[in-house]
Amino acid sequence: MELFTNQVLAGISTGAIYACMALAVVMIYQAIDHLNFAQGEMAMFSTFISWQLMQWGVPYWVSFIVTLAFSFVAGIAIERVLFKPLAKAPILTNVAGFIALYSIVNSCAGLIWDFTIKQYPTPFGSSPFLGSQLISTHQAGMIGVTLLMLLFLFVFFRYTRIGLAMRAAASVPESARLVGVNTSWMIALGWGMAAAIGSVAGMMIAPVVFLEPNMMLGVLIYGFAAAVLGGLTSPLGAVVGGFLVGIFENLVGTYIPGVGNELKLPIALALIVTVLVVKPAGLFGRPIVKRV
Amino acid sequence: MLSRGLRTVAFAAAVTLCLSALCLPGGALAQKKYDTGASDTEIKIGNIMPYSGPASAYGVIGKTEQAYFNKINAEGGINGRKINFLSYDDGYSPPKAVEQARKLVEDDGVLLIFNSLGTPSNSAIRKYMNGKKVPQLFVASGASKWNDPKEFPWTMGWQPSYQVEAQIYAKYLLANKPDAKIGVLYQNDDFGKDYLKGLKDGLGPKASMIVAEESYETTEPSIDSHVVKLKSAGADVFISVTTPKFAAQAIKKLAEIDWHPLHIVSNVSASVGGVMKPAGYENSQGILSANYAKDGAALQWDNDPGMKKFLDFLAKYYPDGNRLDGATVYGYGVAQTLVKVLQMCGDDLTRDNVMKQAASLKDFEPDTLLPGIKINTSPTDYAPIEQLQMMRFKGEKWEMFGDIISADVSN
Amino acid sequence: MSAAEEIVAEGQAVEAVPKRAMTLGTGTSLLVLAVLLLVPLVVKNFIIFQLTMLLIYGVAVLALNILTGGSGQFSLGQSAFYAIGAYTSAILMETFNVNYALTLPVAGIVCFAVGFLFGLPALRLSGVYLALATFALATAMPQLLKLGYFEPWTGGVQGLVVDKPDAPFGLPISQDMWLYYFTLVITIAIYVASINLLRSRSGRAFMAIRDNEIAASSMGVNVALYKTLAFGVSAGITGVAGALGAIAVQFVAPDSYTITLAIALFLGMVVGGVGWLPGSFVGSAFIIFVPNMAESVSKGLSGAVFGVLLFLVIFLIPHGARQLAIVGQQLAGRLRR
Repeated sequence: MELFTNQVLAGISTGAIYACMALAVVMIYQAIDHLNFAQGEMAMFSTFISWQLMQWGVPYWVSFIVTLAFSFVAGIAIERVLFKPLAKAPILTNVAGFIALYSIVNSCAGLIWDFTIKQYPTPFGSSPFLGSQLISTHQAGMIGVTLLMLLFLFVFFRYTRIGLAMRAAASVPESARLVGVNTSWMIALGWGMAAAIGSVAGMMIAPVVFLEPNMMLGVLIYGFAAAVLGGLTSPLGAVVGGFLVGIFENLVGTYIPGVGNELKLPIALALIVTVLVVKPAGLFGRPIVKRV
Repeated sequence: MLSRGLRTVAFAAAVTLCLSALCLPGGALAQKKYDTGASDTEIKIGNIMPYSGPASAYGVIGKTEQAYFNKINAEGGINGRKINFLSYDDGYSPPKAVEQARKLVEDDGVLLIFNSLGTPSNSAIRKYMNGKKVPQLFVASGASKWNDPKEFPWTMGWQPSYQVEAQIYAKYLLANKPDAKIGVLYQNDDFGKDYLKGLKDGLGPKASMIVAEESYETTEPSIDSHVVKLKSAGADVFISVTTPKFAAQAIKKLAEIDWHPLHIVSNVSASVGGVMKPAGYENSQGILSANYAKDGAALQWDNDPGMKKFLDFLAKYYPDGNRLDGATVYGYGVAQTLVKVLQMCGDDLTRDNVMKQAASLKDFEPDTLLPGIKINTSPTDYAPIEQLQMMRFKGEKWEMFGDIISADVSN
Repeated sequence: MSAAEEIVAEGQAVEAVPKRAMTLGTGTSLLVLAVLLLVPLVVKNFIIFQLTMLLIYGVAVLALNILTGGSGQFSLGQSAFYAIGAYTSAILMETFNVNYALTLPVAGIVCFAVGFLFGLPALRLSGVYLALATFALATAMPQLLKLGYFEPWTGGVQGLVVDKPDAPFGLPISQDMWLYYFTLVITIAIYVASINLLRSRSGRAFMAIRDNEIAASSMGVNVALYKTLAFGVSAGITGVAGALGAIAVQFVAPDSYTITLAIALFLGMVVGGVGWLPGSFVGSAFIIFVPNMAESVSKGLSGAVFGVLLFLVIFLIPHGARQLAIVGQQLAGRLRR
């Protein structure tokens, strides 16, 4: 029993990482109806920027805010410059664009800051949380921040006009335009917000996994999986999905004999695919009705 | 005065001596022999490194080597010939490594391929290199399979193999903590598996001391949950067969969950700048490892003549290089070994002779190896370095202790 | 008004390629064929090796084109089928001493079966969800290959070394050249067969499903059958490519078949022009040669240079090489007048 609780708790702490990233994934999906492969790299780059600021002596929270603002602006800029011209191109071409962006950001980060790992500070400290041997204060803090972001997104999409406009622009662009929504700028805004959320995710994750240009690849895979599991239209689903993936993965590794440890990721992904077959829109997603 | 007869004999002897001196190999008028890639003015050396992809942190080794060869060229080259170092990226992908190896050998015409990195990549090109009879020298991988002169006479490793290192830890534990409960965290690839085998071989009948084994994939963002599992298995010795990023994560997690087993870390991740510093010096106290090279972080070596040369080299030719990063120390040492081999070749720069000289290193001590550790090779021994010394992390650097241990794992 | 459901007027995810434009004209085809036949006689072995890889990856991209361009199903998981094909061939050659040529059909059939089986649960997924499922398959494959249970056959993390075949009948040509022509024959056979498949009734069924699944099913197309068939055929062809790849590279290891390969094949398809089979080889050339070009420009920034070049390509020709071919055709038409 103790092993079970331990693994569940450990799963919740890794799950917080996935949940963080999943929120950024959901955000971009809400804006452009597609997944951006370069999301993780953008988050990583933002985290490096904040690290660099701190190296130059800027205090943590100031660099946090500056990075957040920078990421927001950068996200919008990337969309306007690189992806608006591709708006009329087929979806697959856009996906190729995401991959190109991934390559560029990763390579530049590697050149500027090289590939060795760097320590990244946490505002929450690293001592055991509430005396618990399994969760540190940082991980508790990370869960807290994730829940805060979740709340923010929930309120944004449900209760603000802009949030509603963005959802409309993403799912029914023609109708949205008819009622006066500037769909083009909604997409840009979505990119900016996704970049900002991604940067928060990066700054929360880096203290745990250590900052280096390749730190986000694994996280992105899990983030996607968590977002899809929870339902790509639901921020709550993303967070729940993240925790579920973390917990499930640990339990698989612990309890499935023999192969469990070596096949953690494939089994977790297999589970998600199974869930999708049963509930194609994810656990909390709204069912999608296709009109002919 | 000498009699006429004696004078004739003396004259004949002198002429004979002169003639033999002219015919001795290595003499001033000896023949120059070249294979593709070598000429009067240059020696072309090929290299394959992961400059992109998951293993890109090791690209530093390639850069260090390039800088070292720049230094050698600035000092006049090797026997008057400049080194032309061609280093290509394989992104740690074996098919790409095959492509780059073929490009180097068939397109660029290199004399040999030096210090290419990664067990999968080197496994992929080994048959090709041996088939083409091109030296695959000083492979940057600790797999024990590179010491196989009978089957693969053109392939030679350099660093002590992982199995050797693991056996040394096993012996240490048997001697100092015979009732230990060992938990092993290992990367699920050739590196991790080779170590685990060495560990088990070293423990022999007492392999049951290992109470838990946790493998992880490099795609996992964090290995925290594995550490937790090892703790709950009741281990009091934690052996970390990890690459730098995960080694640092493990060190940090251990501190967070307040678990203080005897912590052994593999030499690959014993880099002060690459692992201990980011993980936190205060969390790294007491960690054990083993090394064959001097630690760039340890100030005790600052007055050592060998290290002085290394630090001068960094300052002049590779200012971006980090002395705390084990990869730079490594790159310097292996490049110096290659230069020694090429110097030993003299004017006979055939691939055959390169391998011959590489297999006749006797007590060679590069600047960066620990005092007492020497490189020795022979036609039946293709493992240049087979000695290690254990070390403990104290303060902000490693402190060596114990004797230099030799281990031999013949293939 | 509750938004309990999201109503999506689903636009076409994959655009149609008109049947006429599916291949190169006869003249161009013959010219390309001539080039492919004659070039190896005048270049070095190393270039022949690269050309062989170009054909092999081209076949893999072609398979993806059938799946995505033909039947409209996304797949980011082709590397898994490529790996299965490669390992099948390697294991047959090394453990069971099967002749290399015979391993190809076996690899194809095995992969067809796997692809077909994978297509079954994938039936209920589409778009980004299917992409994720195939992505999951691709990421799982290296780990499955490393599994201790299979190690006696797969060689585990160490992989397997494969022998390259000599030219038969003692022909005085190098191994590389023989393998090139062998691959060329297989490539042409697969290419012709694929064109015929897409022009046949099954092909029309694929395209009907791609353009509008619901309409297709209401017109009597057995959607389930054709979708899984498409997966199977695509996987089978990729498996053959993988087997050829194993022979050409002479080595198989889990690290050779990561998600990077799947992404590269995807990029090859986009650059070549989705659904345009001849473009598969243009795309394949892109993914082999452009990274090398990027590396020679700047070793430290090779990824960035590659990304920039990729962006250039998709800005200038968002529909891939097919656009260039159309432009070429128009020019040729104008010249004729």
